[in-house]
Amino acid sequence: MGELLTVNMGPQHPSTHGVLYLELKMDGEIVVDCKPHLGYLHRGIEKIAENRTYTQFIPFTDRLDYLASMNNNLAYCLAVEKLLNIAVTDRAQYLRVIIAELNRAVSHLVAIGTFAQDLGAYATPLFYAFRDREKIIDLFDSICGARLTYNYMRIGGVSADIPAGTEQLIKDFIAYERKQLIEYNELLTYNVIFLARSKKIGVLSKETALNYSVTGPNLRASGVKWDVRKEEPYLVYNKFDFDIPVGANGDSWDRFKVKLDEISQSLRIIEQAIGAIPEGNPVSKVNRVFRGTGEVYLRTENPRGELGFYLVAEGGFTPYRCKIRSPSFSNLSVLRELTRGLNISDLVCVLGSLDIVMGEIDR
Amino acid sequence: MIVILLKGVSVLGFIAFSAMFLIWLERKVSAKIQNRMGPMMTGFHGSLQPVADTIKLLLKEDIVPQGVDFITWWLAPFFVTVPVVMAFLVIPFSSKWIALDLNVGVLYICSVTSICVLGIFMAGWGSNNKYSLLGGMRSAAQIISYEVPLLLSVLLVVMQSGTMSMQGIVHAQEHCWFIFRPHLALAFIIYTIAATAECNRVPFDIPEAESELVAGYHTEYSGMKFAMFFVAEYTNMFIISAIATTLFFGGWQGPFLPGLVWFLLKSYGFVFFLMWMRWTLPRLRMDQMMSFAWKFLTPIALLNLLISGWFMVR
Repeated sequence: MGELLTVNMGPQHPSTHGVLYLELKMDGEIVVDCKPHLGYLHRGIEKIAENRTYTQFIPFTDRLDYLASMNNNLAYCLAVEKLLNIAVTDRAQYLRVIIAELNRAVSHLVAIGTFAQDLGAYATPLFYAFRDREKIIDLFDSICGARLTYNYMRIGGVSADIPAGTEQLIKDFIAYERKQLIEYNELLTYNVIFLARSKKIGVLSKETALNYSVTGPNLRASGVKWDVRKEEPYLVYNKFDFDIPVGANGDSWDRFKVKLDEISQSLRIIEQAIGAIPEGNPVSKVNRVFRGTGEVYLRTENPRGELGFYLVAEGGFTPYRCKIRSPSFSNLSVLRELTRGLNISDLVCVLGSLDIVMGEIDR
Repeated sequence: MIVILLKGVSVLGFIAFSAMFLIWLERKVSAKIQNRMGPMMTGFHGSLQPVADTIKLLLKEDIVPQGVDFITWWLAPFFVTVPVVMAFLVIPFSSKWIALDLNVGVLYICSVTSICVLGIFMAGWGSNNKYSLLGGMRSAAQIISYEVPLLLSVLLVVMQSGTMSMQGIVHAQEHCWFIFRPHLALAFIIYTIAATAECNRVPFDIPEAESELVAGYHTEYSGMKFAMFFVAEYTNMFIISAIATTLFFGGWQGPFLPGLVWFLLKSYGFVFFLMWMRWTLPRLRMDQMMSFAWKFLTPIALLNLLISGWFMVR
């Protein structure tokens, strides 16, 4: 082995997905060691939670996994509701499911687009994904007035009912997106070069995945059938019929394919939910400021894995402690194990397929 | 003397215009593929966008990064651009429009364009940047590997037509374009793949793989030096297409329209094909690309040469 070359990949690099800094030790183009450095996006969100009332903290959860703000809102609100035993109307529960699944689909679209970009498919798949994403973002815009950081869920419900005509728009989107998914398969999934680049690259074994507490699509791609929506159903997920896509090998291609399949499963859930949505008032009736006591941990299935909120309340208007278990953090920690001995091109491929969001890693 | 000067000026003018047109075309083609509009604001459908870009690049500061190997770094853009311009000497635009019909035209064009790799490697080496260095090394390995199948496929055309003069090859295709002969069609496919790799286009854009190496060998260049790399890249693409047109598509020959129009139509058609590939396909990995060149493309080209040669001799 010759002299090792140290390459500082990031924090400014086109494919480190945000401000991730990888310290690479390379032998030619082979990665001998890859050490992720964190903290470039640290904002102290967990500490901020201790100084805000329960309601005031909701907008901060938007900034965790900024591609899936609705899901973060949801997890936090569910945790507070569990702490205070607040009941939520049926309509609000259905709305939350629909919105959360729409956001999951959008988040996976971005993941697929950026993964293809990392493999060198210049911008085209990314633009296709963003074209579809735009439709849902417009929808969210009409629902809550924001395009990225929604702040839509409230403790005890949602901030406003959906405007008239939204249901039809969502139905149209489902029909449209099903056609587009076929196009993604034609463009990427079974493309020879795409297969050559992602098959058998960065194989994550079942044991390693469990040891590093990898969750979400990455865990399912390794062949573990685990989904919080099925195992510990929250909201009304137990009323819907959907499958959990599982991969066979745990390689980058499987992680990509699982995400693609999850989009169609999300569409299935949305379709069922929109047909069964009950009448009623989903808007929260809970006071803006309240006290709480107790200790609660609640986890939900975010697009990137299990998002958990651990809240300790000691009677004040603010939580005494708020700990966030973010899925991307665990998913990133496995990178070092996966990339040892790979080519630098494969490193980019593995990093893209793990689909991390720095916002929730640094918090 | 004046004639030579005029020829030189017109070639340079054509290169500048062609590069600008290709940059505009690429932006429009990529926009069409990606459901976008592309440049629309400057001129009719953004047709003046390359002019605006050129003015911007001309006015930019020429930044010299710290710690560069100055002479190597400074000379590199010229080593990339000059051979590309020199290659225009033997390209037959029509029956009359050729600067110099060398009797070793094919050999000349192949040898001159392979100087480019030196410039790319110099840029990678001189930049004092690890990404540039990796890009330069990748480029050297790639271009040298793909030179072999490229030349082997071109050799077959020379064998078929019995001359190395570009005009002579065009005349040899008077009755049947070479693309319609099976062994030469195979040579054309090999040529296309190898040529795509030669000019660093997707799926072989490994030396400047953006998602891995930021911008590869030209990361540290700005202003007109960057523009020179850019112009060289697009002109190279045109030359690749012009050679393909001359060797396989009957050159400037065609019914009704004048030769020049036919030549440009065919060449830009081939360029469009290269662009289409670029905006659709993902990128290969370095080792996959190398093994493809040595274990697949070169043996097939050799075998093709051997079998067709045997038939020709018989």
